Amino acid sequence: MAEISDSGGGHKGGKKRAKKQSTRIDMTPMVDLAFLLLTFFVLTATFSKPKSMELTFPAPLPPDQKVDEIKKGITILLSKENRIFYYEGQFRAADDDKGKKTSLSELDFSQDSKISLHKYLLEKNKPMQDQIKDLDAKHKKNLIQDSTFKRLVKERKANKESFTFLIKTDDKATYKNVIDVIDELNINVVGKYVMVDILKPEIDLLNEKIGSN
Amino acid sequence: MSKKPSKGGAPALDMTPMVDLAFLLVTFFMLTASFRMAEPVVVDPPSSIGQVDLPDNHIMVTIDDKGRAFFGISNSTAKMNALREMGKRYNVTFTEAQIIKFSGLPSIGVDLKDLPKYIDLKEDDRKNFQPQKGIPIDTITPNNQLKDWISFGGTEAVRTFEAAKIKAKESNSEFKSEKPRFAIKCASTTKYIYVKEVIKTFTDLKLYQFNLITTLEGGGTVIDPSK
Repeated sequence: MAEISDSGGGHKGGKKRAKKQSTRIDMTPMVDLAFLLLTFFVLTATFSKPKSMELTFPAPLPPDQKVDEIKKGITILLSKENRIFYYEGQFRAADDDKGKKTSLSELDFSQDSKISLHKYLLEKNKPMQDQIKDLDAKHKKNLIQDSTFKRLVKERKANKESFTFLIKTDDKATYKNVIDVIDELNINVVGKYVMVDILKPEIDLLNEKIGSN
Repeated sequence: MSKKPSKGGAPALDMTPMVDLAFLLVTFFMLTASFRMAEPVVVDPPSSIGQVDLPDNHIMVTIDDKGRAFFGISNSTAKMNALREMGKRYNVTFTEAQIIKFSGLPSIGVDLKDLPKYIDLKEDDRKNFQPQKGIPIDTITPNNQLKDWISFGGTEAVRTFEAAKIKAKESNSEFKSEKPRFAIKCASTTKYIYVKEVIKTFTDLKLYQFNLITTLEGGGTVIDPSK
């Protein structure tokens, strides 16, 4: 490549040879440079925009408004060392006529252990998941339109009969765990979940539980 | 190649198409590349199944694993105006040159009092700038600078957005930009209480919707009815 190759016969007169010469420029350095630049730009290019998770936090209630008791509520408590606990229904500091004292059950982030959060949610939210799957199948077969599908999914998710998940963290929980829980709720198509501040009795209960194990 | 290559010489190869392609790609990457300055902190967000792209027009609060908060606005006009407002609010004067320089900076994590000094530093020195303690988020004393940043940044971002919209309408060109959104980028290992503090700052300003930045998670089947 680097040569100016002469295509004519080698041993004839200078003038004749010059006419037949085909000029070939050595492109190697240029190609080197081109690929160097290419590599640089490919490596520095940020291809994908960062993905994100949309989350809406509850607006604080006006102080005079009374909160309805959440009937089908499940509270998930997060603490240090990736530990998560839950209890169902209203928090009770002691046994009363409506129910027993709240006790915490442990969950974990694995996919297949006995106390997997994933499995727990799968079980709890089965009816909803079946409904959504059903809708999804119909949607894929074009039996229902996009807008109808979205509306129906929204309606199903807002269903009063479905569970509401309250996510609370103590001071030691990490951001990752919060995201993991929300993620798991999203995977299991839970329609209603909310981040709430933890209450003092819940922290006490949590500490007691962690301390006892 | 009809010509038989001479013994010992390298076979001549026509590289023109390859070079064409290489330069085409170089041009493409050069034109699409957007250069950014290095962020003052590197945070490693957790993974999730979130599929929503981060909007181009955003106001971002970054929280590192020590709980320091950093603030950034994607739109440089809004950023400059927000700095002017902040300067007025806290009686810190910025020169016009500083304001322009500020618009090119990535997110910042210094007290407003130290900001003029910080802006004047060379890029390499900024990393080692000592008072980089994050933007103060005092919820008790009236020195919640993050709140003011968010408040001014939010108003300015919306104003810039509206102005651009009107301008596009007047000139009948297509308007692509989206409304500014608030994003929170946070390291996996950050304690949630720090995040809570930042979120409290947002909710105090009656801002309730966020994009939490996460990396994309691989694997697993997901039913995503929202799509």
